[in-house]
Amino acid sequence: MDWRQIWEVVSTPDNVPIVALLFLVPFYTWYAFRQAIANDQLIAIIGSDPGYAKSKYRKTQPWDPKWEREVHTWPYLMRMEFLVAIIITIILMVWSLTLNAPLEEPSNPNVTMNPAKAPWYFLGLQEMLVYFDPWIAGVIMPTLIIVGLMAVPYIDNNPLGNGYYTYRQRRFAIWTFLVGFIGLWVVMIVIGTFIRGPGWMWFWPGQTWDAERVDYAVNRNLDEVFGINGHWLAHLLPASSAPNAAIWARVIFGIFPLAIFFVLAGLLIHKICMMSEFSQKLYKRMSILQLVTMYTFLILMISLPVKILLRLVFTIKYIWVTPWFSI
Amino acid sequence: MAEENGGNGSSAPPGGAGGNGSSGRKTGVREQVTVLKETVQAKTKEQLEELKQPEKTQLYRSIFRVKHDAEPRNRALSVLSNVFFHLHPAKVNRDAVRYNFTWGMGGITFYLFIVLTFTGVLLMFYYHPSKVQAFRDILYLENDVPFGKLLRNMHRWAAHLMIIAVWLHMFRVFLTGSYKRPREFNWCVGVLLMVLTLLLSFTGYLLPDDQLGFWAVTVGTNMARATPLLGNEGPFGSLLGMTPYNDVRFALLGGSIVDANALLRAYIWHCIAIPLIAGIFMGVHFWRVRKDGGISGPAPIMLESEIKEEKGPRPVILKPSGMDQFQK
Repeated sequence: MDWRQIWEVVSTPDNVPIVALLFLVPFYTWYAFRQAIANDQLIAIIGSDPGYAKSKYRKTQPWDPKWEREVHTWPYLMRMEFLVAIIITIILMVWSLTLNAPLEEPSNPNVTMNPAKAPWYFLGLQEMLVYFDPWIAGVIMPTLIIVGLMAVPYIDNNPLGNGYYTYRQRRFAIWTFLVGFIGLWVVMIVIGTFIRGPGWMWFWPGQTWDAERVDYAVNRNLDEVFGINGHWLAHLLPASSAPNAAIWARVIFGIFPLAIFFVLAGLLIHKICMMSEFSQKLYKRMSILQLVTMYTFLILMISLPVKILLRLVFTIKYIWVTPWFSI
Repeated sequence: MAEENGGNGSSAPPGGAGGNGSSGRKTGVREQVTVLKETVQAKTKEQLEELKQPEKTQLYRSIFRVKHDAEPRNRALSVLSNVFFHLHPAKVNRDAVRYNFTWGMGGITFYLFIVLTFTGVLLMFYYHPSKVQAFRDILYLENDVPFGKLLRNMHRWAAHLMIIAVWLHMFRVFLTGSYKRPREFNWCVGVLLMVLTLLLSFTGYLLPDDQLGFWAVTVGTNMARATPLLGNEGPFGSLLGMTPYNDVRFALLGGSIVDANALLRAYIWHCIAIPLIAGIFMGVHFWRVRKDGGISGPAPIMLESEIKEEKGPRPVILKPSGMDQFQK
């Protein structure tokens, strides 16, 4: 156990936000779920008693019929805002007085930093580079994340849970977001920060970051695992293009596992979508465009954990190899 | 005052003996001084007394047009008639004021943007975006400029904090379902604002021109090389004639390597272009929060049995909240 190494990584000034994130994200998840569970209990009570539903206030917040529904912004809201501004200023002041912003040597293109890491908030994308080629990890995935997030309100046609915390009324949406935000974004950032050392190699916490270490991981492409060599294709092609048979065989072969993945992932998502009666109702309300968009984004989303699994457990590099790109 | 003096002066007895005349003139002046003294004292006392109620002065009234008391009307007007406060409605949902619903993350993000603009402008006074000067400017700032180190630290940590606040804001908005109708579009604006926040932070990373920023930006922009169609190493890029000297990475860096042009571009994006764009989007974001009916909750719970089939978009009702009791 190399405690000095752990301390070095954790106390790097630019890593402090991620250490903060380690506490803030679980805290606010708990905070939200505490309110969601309270609301869910109220939903159960109201749902089972129609009389109660008509007569009572439908919030978990303290309530008295004599109180007004609204309060004046000044002072009730703005004093909170000013208070929060003061608290944030104090936090920033203390943070700035105790911890210096990092400043390394002057930039030098001839001396490569090892590990050369992107800013911490992009480490999720950099970690993705292990599993995907740069055009997917650096361009396609970020675009999909942005477009996918923007598509959320137009896909989610569940009218319940608008403006209050709830879990039961929005199970699928909440699970999807938790998997995406915590599982595939925050966790990837944490891995990129604390686990990835020199040469972007995997160092467990407590392992010394040894720049001399060599990884003997042998990654193979899926077609190599299946021994695709194109002999059978060479007989079918005209003699002039026979030398390219192996390439074409790989191109053709790669389509199959990809198609199988799309079908299986789609079925899995469909299965999860149909788990409750309520989600079946929602499913019926969706338009075809909504369905296709949602399934496409979700399939592409789970392609990341699938690829991580293939790479880390089965040491497979590419599923589909073509002369122009590889996936 | 002047009139009284003038009156006294002109009513002084004309002519008379020389000695008498001069002594009479002397008493006249003395009287005048005594009168003047008394009037000034009385006036001063009176006006000092008035200053104990500064809100009645012309100066105060010209700035603050509304009385500052606990009257409901004035409480509403003090928000509505102030350019900085009128972003708020006059009244808000009583449960929304509590911390547990919003976590205050949107407001914190905006406050951090203000802090960053303030510290950023101060930092600009000490910084030249050139390869020769940039790193030395940081050393100068850290070692010689009074509070320079504090300024730089604050700018950097506020930037990190802002990203965390943006993410948590998005997390909260998702978990409360606040992106649902009628706030779909504002969620999209918010997603773009999050991207702009990340880009702001990323462009700022290069500016100290140290190894950390240089390699972070090198790693970051190397991905642009792999853009499909538009990058020289991306799928089909070379087929479209992309080289390191004309692809999308070249456009980002103003060159094929991270050098002087990249520094200048990062500087201009960071200090001018992105803050302007983000400012416009922020304006739209806040405006739409109001126009989409204020913040989403805490809203009364809805049951599955109460879902109504909606046909077409729900009409948006524009009603200035809090002022209806004063309208006739």
